[in-house]
Amino acid sequence: MQSALALLPDYLSRHVLLSGSAIVLGAALGLPLGLWLVRHPRWRWPALAAASFVQTIPGLALLALFYPLLLALSLFSDKLFGFHLPALGFLPSLLALTLYSMLPILRNAVAGLTGLDPAVMEAASAVGMTDGQRLLRVEMPLAAPVVMAGIRTAAVWTIGAATLSTSVGQTSLGNYIFTGLQTENWVFVLFGCATAAVFAFGVDQLLGLIEAGAARRDRVRILIGVLLMGTGLAAALTPLFAGGPRTYVVGAKNFSEQFILAELISDQLRRVGATSERKDGLGSAVAFRALAASDIDVYVDYSGTLWTNVLERNDTPESAAMLKELTSELSMRFGVTLLGALGFENAYALAMRRDRAAALGVHSIADLAQHAGDLTFGTDLEFLSRPEWTALKNAYGLAFKAQRSYTPTFMYRALEAGDVDVITAFSSDGRIAAQGLEVLTDPKHAIPAYDAVVLIAPRRAQDELLRRALTPLIGKIAVGSMREANFMVDRDTDKASPGQAAQFLARAVGLSAQ
Amino acid sequence: MIPCEGRQKMPTALIEIDKVSKSFDGGKTQAVEDASVAVGPGEFIVVVGMSGAGKTTLLKFINRLVEPDRGDVRVEGTRVASIDAPTLRRSIGYVFQGIGLFPHMRVGENIAVTTQLLGWGPSAIASRIKEMLDLVGLPQSYAQRFPSALSGGEAQRVSVARALAARPRIVLMDEPFGALDPVTRDALGSAYRQLHDRLGLTTMMVTHDVQEALLLADRIVVMSAGRISAQGTPRELMAGAGNSETAALMAMPKRQAERIASIMQRKDGGAAHG
Repeated sequence: MQSALALLPDYLSRHVLLSGSAIVLGAALGLPLGLWLVRHPRWRWPALAAASFVQTIPGLALLALFYPLLLALSLFSDKLFGFHLPALGFLPSLLALTLYSMLPILRNAVAGLTGLDPAVMEAASAVGMTDGQRLLRVEMPLAAPVVMAGIRTAAVWTIGAATLSTSVGQTSLGNYIFTGLQTENWVFVLFGCATAAVFAFGVDQLLGLIEAGAARRDRVRILIGVLLMGTGLAAALTPLFAGGPRTYVVGAKNFSEQFILAELISDQLRRVGATSERKDGLGSAVAFRALAASDIDVYVDYSGTLWTNVLERNDTPESAAMLKELTSELSMRFGVTLLGALGFENAYALAMRRDRAAALGVHSIADLAQHAGDLTFGTDLEFLSRPEWTALKNAYGLAFKAQRSYTPTFMYRALEAGDVDVITAFSSDGRIAAQGLEVLTDPKHAIPAYDAVVLIAPRRAQDELLRRALTPLIGKIAVGSMREANFMVDRDTDKASPGQAAQFLARAVGLSAQ
Repeated sequence: MIPCEGRQKMPTALIEIDKVSKSFDGGKTQAVEDASVAVGPGEFIVVVGMSGAGKTTLLKFINRLVEPDRGDVRVEGTRVASIDAPTLRRSIGYVFQGIGLFPHMRVGENIAVTTQLLGWGPSAIASRIKEMLDLVGLPQSYAQRFPSALSGGEAQRVSVARALAARPRIVLMDEPFGALDPVTRDALGSAYRQLHDRLGLTTMMVTHDVQEALLLADRIVVMSAGRISAQGTPRELMAGAGNSETAALMAMPKRQAERIASIMQRKDGGAAHG
């Protein structure tokens, strides 16, 4: 709870800025468009249908769709104008949420303005109002309650949906929820839900007050509502301006080890006097592309992942050779610097409960292939679409009775509970030792090496400060320390936050002398 | 107020409707066909006819709420088509069955709306609101009320005040008292006729109630199926001027009057017996 509260000013201010901008932009676009549609009834159906369609796209998918779109635009603008358009973080979130907020605003604007008493409209013309006067003096005041109701709905939706923007690297209250879910820190999840809900409820009530004031032409109510809203926004946004410049952007994929390593990198940057900003919970492929586009400056990836996904190779050379070739290929093709390996591997491995493995007499993946037809396979969300799975399948002829995908945490739960028989474990995962799992050997070396490596974005390639901060980490982190740090975060009781685990890790590898 | 460009001749009539036609369905049927009416200064003209006869359309040509397909409408000798529509409408009062008071404005603001559009000063507007409430026989306290707190008759009085506030010479009325109960309707009708005379207005009113037309009008225009089938003073029309259709229209109030007269007589007779 204490650690959750410490993060609140940063998360809340970014959440407020994002959702506030999206609602304002949604209204700024939706209201004039609604007005135009009232005057041009022929376009009403297509426009409202399009807005409804956008609304049916799940919020997360809408955010995800904006990422490649902006990436392509970014490449385009880089080449043509030399202007870098960020494809991650604020911009895609803002665009997606703006689209999302437009439907209720648009629909209510159209409903409010078309539902007016025709006699009143006739009178407005007959007393000699111009179109503009009729709009300002009659249509807008009369439609205001319905239009405001639309803005309220949009505000509540947008504030809720903004929690999803964490997944495209925008810090928001969703960081509590995503991090909490990954590390099974339910206090974090609840805290994130509660703050987002309280924020949405507060905004809704204040907008309601303004709406009631507008309906009753009560200036005091309107003034109180606007003042409270203004002070609330100002208070929530202060940390953004007080925070000073954030020089480096540290990325992390969506599991505990990545959160801990990102904390470790941030700590190292602080030690050399630099500040940093975080983009957490990135998808595996998103993270590398974001780095190549310099949307993030540094993150930790794994050699085997880069080898198969980025270089699209399916041979499996041994670790040192792979690192060497990766270093030169990534630099040549993407301008990405591979600073070095951290010293431990986080390989994909197949793991079983020890009792189950013993009962079946399975110790290698080759043994497993004999029994696979009777077994259920539990994987993380991306494994089945990764080339490693194709390689494993082809090498051993694996064919399971059933396959199920989970977030990492729930995957271990499913194995513990016996819902699945085999899982894709990670070799640095603390839960392997803690749950007493048997890691199956890979006699045919179908899965490549997965050395954890530090990657630096093209725009930071020559950055001495960054190198000075991160070089001390290279080759220092043993798999045992990493497992322990991971387990601190993943265990069920006495959970540590990723920040605490990073401090532990720094001590364990002898970094935190100060 | 009305610009002088396009003035063709010195008007003998204040409003001239000159061979206008209008179709709302691309020419399949004519809502108004080849209709001509001239209204002299100070005249009270009432247009009667069945529903769909084209009365309202004819009226709305004058303040350009409807534009004719063919023909000309002139006010004080100037073609209305050459006058900016909002400017034209601010100089013509308009009262209609829907009343159409602005629900978010107080009665005073409703009355003042055209004077405000014309840019009158605040003190002129304030005293005009007082004057208008007196004129239509409503207490001053009503200025602060919202339209939702008015009865139907009061609301229509306010709408008459709104139409007259900017001192128009011409007032157009479209079934103005149609939605009111008979007593209120009669009272408002005769009250308005008095205002018309006192203020020297020129009024064109549309109604389907022939009796109302006979009682209020200086001259009656009868329309059927978009055409003007007869024009004349109430007396002329009652005496049988115009075609058979007009005669049928006039026969009803005549018959009603005779019946009422006979009921009155019978009542007298009964009293004599007792």
